Amino acid sequence: MIPSDTMLTEAGLPPAHTGRILLVACGALAHEILALKRLNGWDHMDLQCLPANLHLWPDRITPAVAAAVAEHRDRYDQIFVVYADCGTGGQLFEKCKELGVEMIEGPHCYSFFEGNAAFATKADAEFTAFYLTDFLVRQFDAFVWRPMGLDRHPELRAMYFGNYTDLIYQAQTDDPVLDAKARDCAARLGLAYTRRFTGYGDLARVLAQVSGTAAQDVSPD
Amino acid sequence: MADDDEIILSELSDDELVLQMHDDLYDGMKEEIEEGVNILIARGWTPYDVLTKALVAGMTIVGADFRDGILFVPEVLLAANAMKAGMFILKPLLVETGAPRMGKMVIGTVKGDIHDIGKNLVAMMMEGAGFEVLDLGINNSVEKYLEALERERPDILGMSALLTTTMPYMKVVIDTMKEKGMREDYIVLVGGAPLNEEFGRAIGADAYCRDAAVAVETAKMYVARKHNQLSA
Repeated sequence: MIPSDTMLTEAGLPPAHTGRILLVACGALAHEILALKRLNGWDHMDLQCLPANLHLWPDRITPAVAAAVAEHRDRYDQIFVVYADCGTGGQLFEKCKELGVEMIEGPHCYSFFEGNAAFATKADAEFTAFYLTDFLVRQFDAFVWRPMGLDRHPELRAMYFGNYTDLIYQAQTDDPVLDAKARDCAARLGLAYTRRFTGYGDLARVLAQVSGTAAQDVSPD
Repeated sequence: MADDDEIILSELSDDELVLQMHDDLYDGMKEEIEEGVNILIARGWTPYDVLTKALVAGMTIVGADFRDGILFVPEVLLAANAMKAGMFILKPLLVETGAPRMGKMVIGTVKGDIHDIGKNLVAMMMEGAGFEVLDLGINNSVEKYLEALERERPDILGMSALLTTTMPYMKVVIDTMKEKGMREDYIVLVGGAPLNEEFGRAIGADAYCRDAAVAVETAKMYVARKHNQLSA
Protein backbone atom coordinates (compact mmCIF):
# COMPACT_ATOMS: atom_id res chain seq x y z
CA MET A 1 0.00 0.00 0.00
CA ILE A 2 1.28 3.48 -0.87
CA PRO A 3 0.73 5.73 2.15
CA SER A 4 -0.89 9.11 1.59
CA ASP A 5 1.18 12.27 1.88
CA THR A 6 -1.09 13.51 4.63
CA MET A 7 -0.46 10.36 6.65
CA LEU A 8 3.29 10.63 6.03
CA THR A 9 3.25 14.27 7.09
CA GLU A 10 1.22 13.93 10.26
CA ALA A 11 1.47 10.34 11.47
CA GLY A 12 4.33 8.65 9.62
CA LEU A 13 4.39 5.01 8.61
CA PRO A 14 4.69 2.07 11.04
CA PRO A 15 7.12 -0.75 10.25
CA ALA A 16 5.74 -3.93 8.72
CA HIS A 17 7.93 -6.02 11.06
CA THR A 18 9.43 -7.92 8.15
CA GLY A 19 13.07 -8.14 7.12
CA ARG A 20 16.36 -7.97 9.00
CA ILE A 21 17.19 -4.32 8.44
CA LEU A 22 15.02 -1.44 9.60
CA LEU A 23 15.22 1.94 7.91
CA VAL A 24 14.08 4.70 10.27
CA ALA A 25 13.28 7.51 7.89
CA CYS A 26 11.60 10.86 7.51
CA GLY A 27 8.07 10.61 6.12
CA ALA A 28 9.14 12.97 3.33
CA LEU A 29 11.31 10.15 1.95
CA ALA A 30 8.76 7.33 2.11
CA HIS A 31 7.75 7.32 -1.55
CA GLU A 32 11.34 7.33 -2.76
CA ILE A 33 12.48 4.59 -0.35
CA LEU A 34 9.46 2.41 -1.14
CA ALA A 35 10.15 2.89 -4.86
CA LEU A 36 13.79 1.88 -4.43
CA LYS A 37 12.76 -1.14 -2.34
CA ARG A 38 10.33 -2.17 -5.05
CA LEU A 39 12.74 -1.61 -7.92
CA ASN A 40 15.59 -3.45 -6.26
CA GLY A 41 13.67 -6.18 -4.49
CA TRP A 42 14.98 -5.11 -1.11
CA ASP A 43 12.46 -7.18 0.81
CA HIS A 44 14.94 -7.70 3.63
CA MET A 45 14.70 -4.01 4.47
CA ASP A 46 11.71 -2.80 6.49
CA LEU A 47 10.70 0.87 6.65
CA GLN A 48 9.43 2.98 9.49
CA CYS A 49 8.74 6.64 8.78
CA LEU A 50 8.44 9.31 11.42
CA PRO A 51 6.01 12.16 10.69
CA ALA A 52 7.52 14.48 8.11
CA ASN A 53 6.16 17.47 9.98
CA LEU A 54 8.84 16.99 12.64
CA HIS A 55 10.79 19.31 10.36
CA LEU A 56 8.64 22.14 11.61
CA TRP A 57 10.31 21.56 15.00
CA PRO A 58 13.82 20.27 14.20
CA ASP A 59 14.66 19.94 17.90
CA ARG A 60 12.10 17.11 18.08
CA ILE A 61 13.79 15.00 15.38
CA THR A 62 16.68 13.62 17.44
CA PRO A 63 14.54 12.40 20.38
CA ALA A 64 11.99 10.90 17.98
CA VAL A 65 14.67 8.99 16.07
CA ALA A 66 16.29 7.84 19.32
CA ALA A 67 12.94 6.56 20.58
CA ALA A 68 12.30 4.65 17.34
CA VAL A 69 15.75 3.04 17.49
CA ALA A 70 15.25 2.06 21.12
CA GLU A 71 11.82 0.61 20.40
CA HIS A 72 12.87 -1.57 17.50
CA ARG A 73 16.54 -2.44 17.88
CA ASP A 74 15.91 -5.88 19.43
CA ARG A 75 13.72 -6.92 16.51
CA TYR A 76 16.22 -6.21 13.70
CA ASP A 77 19.84 -7.10 12.92
CA GLN A 78 20.56 -3.55 11.84
CA ILE A 79 18.92 -0.13 11.96
CA PHE A 80 19.85 2.62 9.52
CA VAL A 81 18.63 6.19 9.95
CA VAL A 82 17.50 7.91 6.76
CA TYR A 83 17.59 11.47 7.99
CA ALA A 84 20.19 14.02 7.01
CA ASP A 85 21.19 16.56 9.66
CA CYS A 86 17.88 18.32 8.99
CA GLY A 87 18.58 21.38 11.11
CA THR A 88 19.56 19.46 14.24
CA GLY A 89 22.95 21.15 14.28
CA GLY A 90 24.86 17.87 14.46
CA GLN A 91 22.81 16.53 17.38
CA LEU A 92 21.25 13.72 15.33
CA PHE A 93 24.68 12.57 14.19
CA GLU A 94 25.96 12.56 17.77
CA LYS A 95 22.91 10.64 18.99
CA CYS A 96 23.25 8.04 16.22
CA LYS A 97 26.92 7.60 17.10
CA GLU A 98 25.97 7.14 20.75
CA LEU A 99 23.31 4.59 19.79
CA GLY A 100 25.68 2.75 17.47
CA VAL A 101 23.58 3.23 14.34
CA GLU A 102 24.56 4.82 11.06
CA MET A 103 22.74 7.58 9.19
CA ILE A 104 22.84 9.06 5.72
CA GLU A 105 25.24 11.97 5.24
CA GLY A 106 24.29 15.49 4.28
CA PRO A 107 22.73 18.64 5.67
CA HIS A 108 19.28 18.04 4.14
CA CYS A 109 17.48 15.68 1.80
CA TYR A 110 17.80 18.21 -1.01
CA SER A 111 21.56 17.83 -0.61
CA PHE A 112 21.69 14.04 -0.89
CA PHE A 113 19.13 13.97 -3.69
CA GLU A 114 21.43 16.25 -5.66
CA GLY A 115 24.42 14.27 -4.43
CA ASN A 116 26.19 15.77 -1.41
CA ALA A 117 29.42 16.48 -3.30
CA ALA A 118 27.63 18.19 -6.18
CA PHE A 119 25.39 20.13 -3.81
CA ALA A 120 28.38 21.43 -1.86
CA THR A 121 30.03 22.75 -5.01
CA LYS A 122 26.91 24.78 -5.79
CA ALA A 123 26.55 26.25 -2.31
CA ASP A 124 28.24 29.56 -3.12
CA ALA A 125 26.16 30.10 -6.23
CA GLU A 126 22.83 28.92 -4.87
CA PHE A 127 22.68 30.17 -1.31
CA THR A 128 19.72 32.36 -2.23
CA ALA A 129 17.77 29.37 -3.58
CA PHE A 130 14.80 27.74 -1.87
CA TYR A 131 14.60 24.01 -2.63
CA LEU A 132 11.62 21.75 -3.10
CA THR A 133 11.62 17.99 -3.65
CA ASP A 134 8.76 15.91 -5.08
CA PHE A 135 7.31 15.48 -1.59
CA LEU A 136 7.63 19.14 -0.73
CA VAL A 137 5.97 20.18 -3.96
CA ARG A 138 3.03 17.91 -3.21
CA GLN A 139 2.92 19.10 0.40
CA PHE A 140 3.79 22.75 -0.22
CA ASP A 141 0.70 24.08 1.53
CA ALA A 142 1.08 21.79 4.54
CA PHE A 143 4.82 22.38 4.89
CA VAL A 144 5.40 25.93 3.75
CA TRP A 145 2.35 28.02 3.08
CA ARG A 146 0.18 27.27 6.13
CA PRO A 147 2.86 26.82 8.86
CA MET A 148 4.41 30.11 7.83
CA GLY A 149 0.99 31.75 8.09
CA LEU A 150 1.08 32.91 4.48
CA ASP A 151 -2.50 31.73 3.95
CA ARG A 152 -3.63 34.16 6.64
CA HIS A 153 -0.97 36.85 6.36
CA PRO A 154 0.44 37.10 2.84
CA GLU A 155 2.16 40.32 3.89
CA LEU A 156 4.73 38.16 5.74
CA ARG A 157 6.07 36.78 2.47
CA ALA A 158 8.79 39.42 2.19
CA MET A 159 9.96 38.74 5.76
CA TYR A 160 10.38 35.04 5.00
CA PHE A 161 11.47 35.08 1.38
CA GLY A 162 12.73 38.60 0.72
CA ASN A 163 16.35 37.44 0.60
CA TYR A 164 15.67 34.48 -1.70
CA THR A 165 15.91 34.84 -5.46
CA ASP A 166 15.15 31.38 -6.84
CA LEU A 167 13.08 28.29 -6.24
CA ILE A 168 14.82 25.13 -7.43
CA TYR A 169 12.60 22.09 -7.81
CA GLN A 170 14.77 19.00 -7.48
CA ALA A 171 12.70 16.42 -9.30
CA GLN A 172 13.04 12.83 -8.21
CA THR A 173 10.61 11.77 -10.94
CA ASP A 174 9.52 13.07 -14.32
CA ASP A 175 6.05 14.35 -13.59
CA PRO A 176 4.60 17.28 -15.55
CA VAL A 177 1.93 17.81 -12.91
CA LEU A 178 4.54 18.31 -10.20
CA ASP A 179 6.54 20.54 -12.53
CA ALA A 180 3.51 22.78 -13.03
CA LYS A 181 2.76 22.80 -9.31
CA ALA A 182 6.36 23.67 -8.44
CA ARG A 183 6.27 26.50 -10.96
CA ASP A 184 3.13 27.78 -9.25
CA CYS A 185 4.84 27.53 -5.83
CA ALA A 186 7.66 29.71 -7.16
CA ALA A 187 5.18 32.27 -8.46
CA ARG A 188 3.38 32.35 -5.12
CA LEU A 189 6.68 33.03 -3.35
CA GLY A 190 7.76 35.58 -5.96
CA LEU A 191 10.84 33.57 -6.94
CA ALA A 192 12.41 32.62 -10.26
CA TYR A 193 11.79 28.98 -11.14
CA THR A 194 14.19 26.21 -12.11
CA ARG A 195 13.49 22.50 -12.43
CA ARG A 196 16.42 20.17 -12.00
CA PHE A 197 16.09 16.41 -12.33
CA THR A 198 18.10 14.64 -9.62
CA GLY A 199 16.56 11.19 -9.41
CA TYR A 200 17.33 9.61 -6.05
CA GLY A 201 20.96 10.74 -5.93
CA ASP A 202 22.97 9.53 -2.95
CA LEU A 203 19.88 7.95 -1.42
CA ALA A 204 19.95 5.06 -3.93
CA ARG A 205 23.69 4.52 -3.54
CA VAL A 206 23.63 4.59 0.25
CA LEU A 207 20.60 2.31 0.59
CA ALA A 208 22.26 -0.14 -1.80
CA GLN A 209 25.25 -0.22 0.53
CA VAL A 210 23.00 -0.78 3.52
CA SER A 211 21.11 -3.53 1.69
CA GLY A 212 24.32 -5.26 0.72
CA THR A 213 23.25 -5.33 -2.91
CA ALA A 214 23.62 -3.21 -6.02
CA ALA A 215 20.95 -0.62 -6.65
CA GLN A 216 19.13 0.27 -9.80
CA ASP A 217 19.66 4.00 -9.75
CA VAL A 218 16.69 4.87 -11.87
CA SER A 219 13.49 6.68 -11.19
CA PRO A 220 10.14 5.02 -11.59
CA ASP A 221 7.75 6.18 -14.26
CA MET B 1 -20.64 51.21 11.66
CA ALA B 2 -18.55 50.99 14.80
CA ASP B 3 -18.60 47.74 16.72
CA ASP B 4 -20.38 48.11 20.09
CA ASP B 5 -17.35 46.49 21.74
CA GLU B 6 -14.81 48.60 19.91
CA ILE B 7 -12.18 49.95 22.25
CA ILE B 8 -11.44 53.66 21.90
CA LEU B 9 -7.77 53.83 22.87
CA SER B 10 -7.87 57.54 23.62
CA GLU B 11 -10.58 56.99 26.24
CA LEU B 12 -8.50 54.52 28.26
CA SER B 13 -6.49 55.52 31.31
CA ASP B 14 -2.72 55.25 31.00
CA ASP B 15 -2.60 51.91 32.79
CA GLU B 16 -5.47 50.52 30.74
CA LEU B 17 -3.90 51.77 27.52
CA VAL B 18 -0.55 50.13 28.27
CA LEU B 19 -2.26 46.81 28.96
CA GLN B 20 -4.31 47.22 25.79
CA MET B 21 -1.12 47.89 23.85
CA HIS B 22 0.35 44.66 25.20
CA ASP B 23 -2.75 42.88 23.84
CA ASP B 24 -2.53 44.72 20.52
CA LEU B 25 1.14 43.88 20.19
CA TYR B 26 0.34 40.25 20.95
CA ASP B 27 -2.23 40.33 18.16
CA GLY B 28 0.11 42.09 15.75
CA MET B 29 -2.11 45.15 15.38
CA LYS B 30 0.29 47.64 13.87
CA GLU B 31 -2.04 50.60 13.46
CA GLU B 32 -3.34 50.31 17.02
CA ILE B 33 0.22 50.27 18.31
CA GLU B 34 1.04 53.39 16.33
CA GLU B 35 -2.07 55.07 17.74
CA GLY B 36 -1.23 53.99 21.28
CA VAL B 37 2.32 55.31 21.03
CA ASN B 38 1.07 58.66 19.76
CA ILE B 39 -1.51 58.91 22.55
CA LEU B 40 1.04 58.22 25.29
CA ILE B 41 3.48 60.75 23.82
CA ALA B 42 0.68 63.33 23.62
CA ARG B 43 -0.09 62.67 27.30
CA GLY B 44 3.45 63.62 28.18
CA TRP B 45 5.06 60.21 28.54
CA THR B 46 8.77 60.13 27.79
CA PRO B 47 9.63 58.16 24.65
CA TYR B 48 11.79 55.88 26.78
CA ASP B 49 8.85 54.99 29.04
CA VAL B 50 6.62 54.30 26.04
CA LEU B 51 9.30 52.08 24.58
CA THR B 52 10.01 50.07 27.70
CA LYS B 53 6.62 49.92 29.43
CA ALA B 54 4.36 49.55 26.40
CA LEU B 55 6.42 48.02 23.60
CA VAL B 56 9.29 46.06 25.15
CA ALA B 57 7.14 44.74 27.98
CA GLY B 58 4.52 43.63 25.47
CA MET B 59 7.07 41.98 23.22
CA THR B 60 8.55 40.19 26.21
CA ILE B 61 5.17 38.49 26.71
CA VAL B 62 5.18 37.52 23.03
CA GLY B 63 8.68 36.10 23.38
CA ALA B 64 7.77 34.09 26.46
CA ASP B 65 4.71 32.59 24.79
CA PHE B 66 6.77 31.73 21.71
CA ARG B 67 9.28 29.95 23.91
CA ASP B 68 6.46 28.06 25.62
CA GLY B 69 4.95 26.95 22.31
CA ILE B 70 1.81 29.06 22.70
CA LEU B 71 2.67 31.40 19.84
CA PHE B 72 4.31 30.46 16.55
CA VAL B 73 6.60 32.22 14.12
CA PRO B 74 3.89 33.99 12.07
CA GLU B 75 2.36 35.54 15.17
CA VAL B 76 5.78 36.62 16.44
CA LEU B 77 6.53 38.25 13.10
CA LEU B 78 3.24 40.15 13.14
CA ALA B 79 3.97 41.33 16.69
CA ALA B 80 7.48 42.34 15.62
CA ASN B 81 6.03 44.32 12.72
CA ALA B 82 3.74 46.14 15.11
CA MET B 83 6.58 46.90 17.51
CA LYS B 84 8.74 48.09 14.63
CA ALA B 85 6.02 50.54 13.63
CA GLY B 86 5.91 51.87 17.19
CA MET B 87 9.69 52.16 17.34
CA PHE B 88 9.69 54.04 14.04
CA ILE B 89 7.73 56.80 15.78
CA LEU B 90 9.83 56.68 18.93
CA LYS B 91 13.34 56.54 17.46
CA PRO B 92 13.72 60.21 16.50
CA LEU B 93 12.11 61.22 19.80
CA LEU B 94 14.53 59.04 21.73
CA VAL B 95 17.43 60.75 20.01
CA GLU B 96 16.01 64.15 20.98
CA THR B 97 15.18 63.33 24.57
CA GLY B 98 17.95 60.87 25.31
CA ALA B 99 17.65 57.46 26.88
CA PRO B 100 19.90 55.24 28.97
CA ARG B 101 22.57 53.68 26.77
CA MET B 102 23.37 50.07 27.56
CA GLY B 103 26.09 49.52 25.01
CA LYS B 104 26.71 48.93 21.34
CA MET B 105 26.30 45.83 19.19
CA VAL B 106 27.32 44.85 15.68
CA ILE B 107 25.16 42.03 14.34
CA GLY B 108 24.73 40.08 11.09
CA THR B 109 24.12 36.65 9.61
CA VAL B 110 27.22 34.73 8.58
CA LYS B 111 28.56 34.16 5.09
CA GLY B 112 26.27 32.04 2.94
CA ASP B 113 23.25 32.56 5.19
CA ILE B 114 20.36 34.76 4.11
CA HIS B 115 17.98 33.89 6.95
CA ASP B 116 17.57 37.05 8.96
CA ILE B 117 14.30 36.73 10.85
CA GLY B 118 15.98 35.80 14.15
CA LYS B 119 18.73 38.35 13.66
CA ASN B 120 16.16 41.08 12.99
CA LEU B 121 14.21 40.18 16.13
CA VAL B 122 17.37 40.28 18.22
CA ALA B 123 18.39 43.63 16.72
CA MET B 124 14.97 45.10 17.44
CA MET B 125 14.83 43.84 21.04
CA MET B 126 18.39 44.99 21.68
CA GLU B 127 17.45 48.46 20.47
CA GLY B 128 14.38 48.31 22.67
CA ALA B 129 16.61 47.47 25.61
CA GLY B 130 18.74 50.56 25.00
CA PHE B 131 21.58 49.13 22.92
CA GLU B 132 22.83 50.92 19.84
CA VAL B 133 22.74 48.33 17.07
CA LEU B 134 24.64 48.34 13.81
CA ASP B 135 22.99 45.75 11.61
CA LEU B 136 25.31 44.37 8.94
CA GLY B 137 22.48 42.46 7.29
CA ILE B 138 22.99 39.06 5.69
CA ASN B 139 25.85 37.00 4.23
CA ASN B 140 28.75 38.58 6.10
CA SER B 141 32.33 37.56 5.46
CA VAL B 142 34.91 37.59 8.22
CA GLU B 143 36.43 40.70 6.60
CA LYS B 144 33.12 42.54 6.82
CA TYR B 145 32.66 41.63 10.49
CA LEU B 146 36.19 42.69 11.40
CA GLU B 147 35.97 45.92 9.45
CA ALA B 148 32.77 46.79 11.31
CA LEU B 149 34.32 45.92 14.68
CA GLU B 150 37.34 48.10 14.04
CA ARG B 151 35.24 50.97 12.76
CA GLU B 152 32.41 50.86 15.30
CA ARG B 153 34.22 49.58 18.41
CA PRO B 154 31.08 47.91 19.80
CA ASP B 155 30.81 46.05 23.07
CA ILE B 156 29.20 43.05 21.41
CA LEU B 157 29.49 41.08 18.20
CA GLY B 158 26.36 39.08 17.38
CA MET B 159 26.39 36.35 14.74
CA SER B 160 23.40 34.42 13.48
CA ALA B 161 22.97 31.32 11.28
CA LEU B 162 20.03 29.13 10.39
CA LEU B 163 21.83 26.44 8.43
CA THR B 164 23.96 23.58 9.67
CA THR B 165 26.22 24.27 6.72
CA THR B 166 26.81 27.93 7.58
CA MET B 167 27.05 27.85 11.37
CA PRO B 168 30.71 26.64 11.35
CA TYR B 169 31.62 29.99 9.77
CA MET B 170 31.13 31.56 13.19
CA LYS B 171 34.28 29.75 14.29
CA VAL B 172 36.15 31.17 11.30
CA VAL B 173 35.26 34.67 12.50
CA ILE B 174 36.18 33.97 16.13
CA ASP B 175 39.45 32.25 15.18
CA THR B 176 40.39 35.22 13.01
CA MET B 177 39.64 37.56 15.90
CA LYS B 178 41.98 35.45 18.06
CA GLU B 179 44.70 35.51 15.42
CA LYS B 180 44.48 39.29 15.30
CA GLY B 181 44.57 39.53 19.10
CA MET B 182 41.17 41.22 19.27
CA ARG B 183 38.94 38.42 20.55
CA GLU B 184 39.05 39.58 24.18
CA ASP B 185 38.04 43.10 23.17
CA TYR B 186 34.51 42.00 22.38
CA ILE B 187 31.64 40.02 23.81
CA VAL B 188 30.67 37.44 21.17
CA LEU B 189 27.08 36.19 21.21
CA VAL B 190 25.79 33.60 18.73
CA GLY B 191 22.33 32.34 17.88
CA GLY B 192 20.23 30.47 15.36
CA ALA B 193 17.93 27.48 15.25
CA PRO B 194 20.49 24.66 14.80
CA LEU B 195 22.91 26.02 17.42
CA ASN B 196 23.13 25.05 21.06
CA GLU B 197 25.17 25.93 24.13
CA GLU B 198 27.71 23.23 23.44
CA PHE B 199 28.35 24.58 19.96
CA GLY B 200 28.71 28.10 21.34
CA ARG B 201 31.33 26.92 23.81
CA ALA B 202 33.13 24.79 21.22
CA ILE B 203 33.66 27.67 18.81
CA GLY B 204 34.80 30.06 21.53
CA ALA B 205 31.79 32.35 21.74
CA ASP B 206 30.95 33.95 25.08
CA ALA B 207 27.38 32.68 24.94
CA TYR B 208 24.73 31.03 22.82
CA CYS B 209 21.38 32.82 22.97
CA ARG B 210 18.33 30.72 22.21
CA ASP B 211 16.04 33.64 21.46
CA ALA B 212 15.85 37.42 21.38
CA ALA B 213 14.85 37.79 25.03
CA VAL B 214 17.76 35.63 26.15
CA ALA B 215 20.07 37.64 23.88
CA VAL B 216 19.03 40.87 25.60
CA GLU B 217 19.48 39.47 29.11
CA THR B 218 22.80 37.86 28.21
CA ALA B 219 24.04 41.07 26.59
CA LYS B 220 23.10 43.11 29.66
CA MET B 221 24.86 40.65 31.96
CA TYR B 222 28.08 40.56 29.93
CA VAL B 223 28.20 44.32 29.42
CA ALA B 224 27.71 44.90 33.15
CA ARG B 225 30.46 42.39 33.89
CA LYS B 226 32.77 44.09 31.39
CA HIS B 227 32.13 47.51 32.90
CA ASN B 228 32.76 46.13 36.39
CA GLN B 229 36.06 44.65 35.25
CA LEU B 230 37.10 47.95 33.70
CA SER B 231 36.27 49.90 36.84
CA ALA B 232 37.89 47.39 39.21
